[in-house]
Amino acid sequence: MFDALSDRFDGIFTRLRSRGKLNERDVDEVAREIRLALLEADVSVRVVKDFIARVKARAHGAEVQKSLSPAQQVIKIVHEELVTTLGGVSGKLEMSPKPPTVVMLCGLQGSGKTTATAKLARLLKGQGLGVLLVAADLQRPAAVEQLRVLGSRLDLPVWSAPDDGPKDPVAVARTSLEEAARLGKNVVIVDTAGRLHVDAELMDELRRVRDVVRPTDTLLVVDAMTGQEAVNVAAAFDEAVGLDGVVLTKIDGDARGGAALSVKEVVGKPILFVGTGEKVEDFEAFHPDRMASRILGMGDVLTLIEKAEEAFDEGAAAKAQEQLQKGQFTLEDFLDQMRQVKKMGPIGNLLRMMPGMPKELRQAEVGEGELARIEAIICSMTPTERRDPALINGSRRVRIARGSGTTTSEVNALLKQFKMVQQMMRSMAGGKRPKLKGLAGMDLSELTGGH
Amino acid sequence: MDSELLVVVLILAFAVVLIAGGLLLSRRAGGVGAAPSPTAPSPTERAPIAEAEAEAEAQLETITATEAQVVEPAVEAPAARPRLRDRLGKTRAAFAGALGGLSGRGKVDAETWEELEEALILADVGVPTATRILEDVKARAAREKADADGVLPLLKAELLDLLTPGERSLTFTTDEPNVWMFVGVNGVGKTTTIAKLARQQVTEGRTVVLAAADTFRAAAAEQLGHWAEAVGADLVRGQEGADPGSVVFDAMSAATGRGADLVLVDTAGRLHTKVNLMEELKKLRRIVDRTPGALKEVLLVVDASTGQNGLTQARQFTEAVEVTGVVLTKLDGTAKGGIVLAIQAELGIPVKVIGVGEGADDLVAFDPAEFVDALFA
Repeated sequence: MFDALSDRFDGIFTRLRSRGKLNERDVDEVAREIRLALLEADVSVRVVKDFIARVKARAHGAEVQKSLSPAQQVIKIVHEELVTTLGGVSGKLEMSPKPPTVVMLCGLQGSGKTTATAKLARLLKGQGLGVLLVAADLQRPAAVEQLRVLGSRLDLPVWSAPDDGPKDPVAVARTSLEEAARLGKNVVIVDTAGRLHVDAELMDELRRVRDVVRPTDTLLVVDAMTGQEAVNVAAAFDEAVGLDGVVLTKIDGDARGGAALSVKEVVGKPILFVGTGEKVEDFEAFHPDRMASRILGMGDVLTLIEKAEEAFDEGAAAKAQEQLQKGQFTLEDFLDQMRQVKKMGPIGNLLRMMPGMPKELRQAEVGEGELARIEAIICSMTPTERRDPALINGSRRVRIARGSGTTTSEVNALLKQFKMVQQMMRSMAGGKRPKLKGLAGMDLSELTGGH
Repeated sequence: MDSELLVVVLILAFAVVLIAGGLLLSRRAGGVGAAPSPTAPSPTERAPIAEAEAEAEAQLETITATEAQVVEPAVEAPAARPRLRDRLGKTRAAFAGALGGLSGRGKVDAETWEELEEALILADVGVPTATRILEDVKARAAREKADADGVLPLLKAELLDLLTPGERSLTFTTDEPNVWMFVGVNGVGKTTTIAKLARQQVTEGRTVVLAAADTFRAAAAEQLGHWAEAVGADLVRGQEGADPGSVVFDAMSAATGRGADLVLVDTAGRLHTKVNLMEELKKLRRIVDRTPGALKEVLLVVDASTGQNGLTQARQFTEAVEVTGVVLTKLDGTAKGGIVLAIQAELGIPVKVIGVGEGADDLVAFDPAEFVDALFA
């Protein structure tokens, strides 16, 4: 599908290396690649145009021309510009000097407002604040019920309209402030109904809710998977109620999340939080630098590390390290580790997060089936064979292939690749302090079948 | 975990990825792919189980083929069906004429193509698909010596050609159980879509069972229950956090027991990157498949505002449960849902139904011509 930006640049710059300098045409070519990368990440067309203009101006400048590796320099500029555009440092939720602090969440249907409401409440409760949840979404059936369930799980009160009373979100919002005062709560989080930004009637209702609660923070909830529409939505909500910040949800998928950039550009307010999973604790402060890497498809080592920390247990990792250092990493250990790696998510996603992977690999769309094949092959070996693959002769190969439903050539390929990786790992993990550094510069072409 | 161990873990992850990828590539390259050994299946074929499945499927196809005469399209366009155009009229006014500048320009120049590309990208068609489409249009324009006025009609024709293939009616066979399963990422409108479809089906005189297999989201079953009551359908639900498989199983038995015509299965929204949740979805499908031939549709619900990730979603969901069609929701905003063009072009999955508003009648059959017009409205 899509190659990491750094890869594309490499292609352009390999040609230029002999000449050293970047002329205007080269910069234009680079700009085209950046444009493509950003569009592929769902950054708004309009935002891309401005962004490219800024990068171009800098790329023509001295810092690139003097640099020894213009490619790296340009990538650095793009990354920096992205981080700056995304908000530089992480923003914070504004707290009212005169409690209660009122946070109002709004957005399209299905962007994740109710979930974000509960997650934010949990975060603030953890900071020792008294939180009242307000269910002002009286549109979607059972939305109030959903917030009530989430509230009871968090042991937080939920204020809403009486079940048999009139469904008036403005009234609910108004009375919620009295309820907060009665309960002595210092934070009120208002969950509003999802609405289309072009629905004049509902946007007006949102304005009226805002007018009665006068929020300290009005947050727009945006789905990370949103496409070009993000700018229209952000602009419309900002115009209607005036936004103070953004919550980006569902970034635990593999969307590049260019919407974040679009929204930030349009609203000019920081992205404060991101929703990173289905559980109520999967909610964190926004990191502009991570998002920048993700938008550019430059690999996301930080996320990779987090996933690794979750999936592997310390004992297993320590054991593997020992074996790597002793040079005794066998197929058996590999099988164990492979099962751990599986827990980190689809292998294709892992591959995309890893920097410096060969292009062929990234394009190959490696799926879980590959792992199943390897597992089948290894499981068809005897324990002795797994420990000492040198034993595996012709007739053993035929047996293994038959047992695993594969071919002898596949068995051969696996053995050959395991040997190569084994050597590679030995050189990386062999020292006292294992290093990842070697990996990026390594010639991986042999691994991919020598083409 | 200390940083040293972490590095080891990462090296291991790299190793797994490299070996898996290397194996795949070497097989594809045919480098190791000498003649397949006679005792094992050819490497290009799937494991025996997959073959058996394929066979079973082929049988299934012949069965449906022989019964083709009783198969009828379920969602027929209601007489006074809301037009996409009417729905969009107001919201699109601001965008109308974005391409108006094309006419009267005479020669087709680079700028024209750029504007067309931009229009497609703005509609979330995506760069690769947009480029492919425009290349074809360019060739056609050159052949037919079209001027700037003629380019837009050519582009529309091209898009129409792209969207036309595929069966777009929802499959329903009388006198046997029919199951439509709804899948998709979180927040796309699965439950609402089911509610609207249920109302339409009940109105057509069919008995409908709603299976609330979203046991994860708080109050999801309540939401569906509310609709079941409102439209006069039966609801089968489990406890919150219960095994969704048991809900599907119960719904299947309930449908058989009551002689219901149609079971609509509401599944929990899940990101296609979550392995365990996708496995759960496969399991739900297998449970439905225990009644051979009952599963008529697996519908992927896609929010019209979805960007390029929509294609990945479609790819992963169809790999897991063989999606038969797309439901494109929330088209009544300014989002154009162009990602379905990429989905159809890349994966051949047709759009079957679109959602253009909140009302039950606002879920209508997909009309490619109307959709293409709206892309440039």
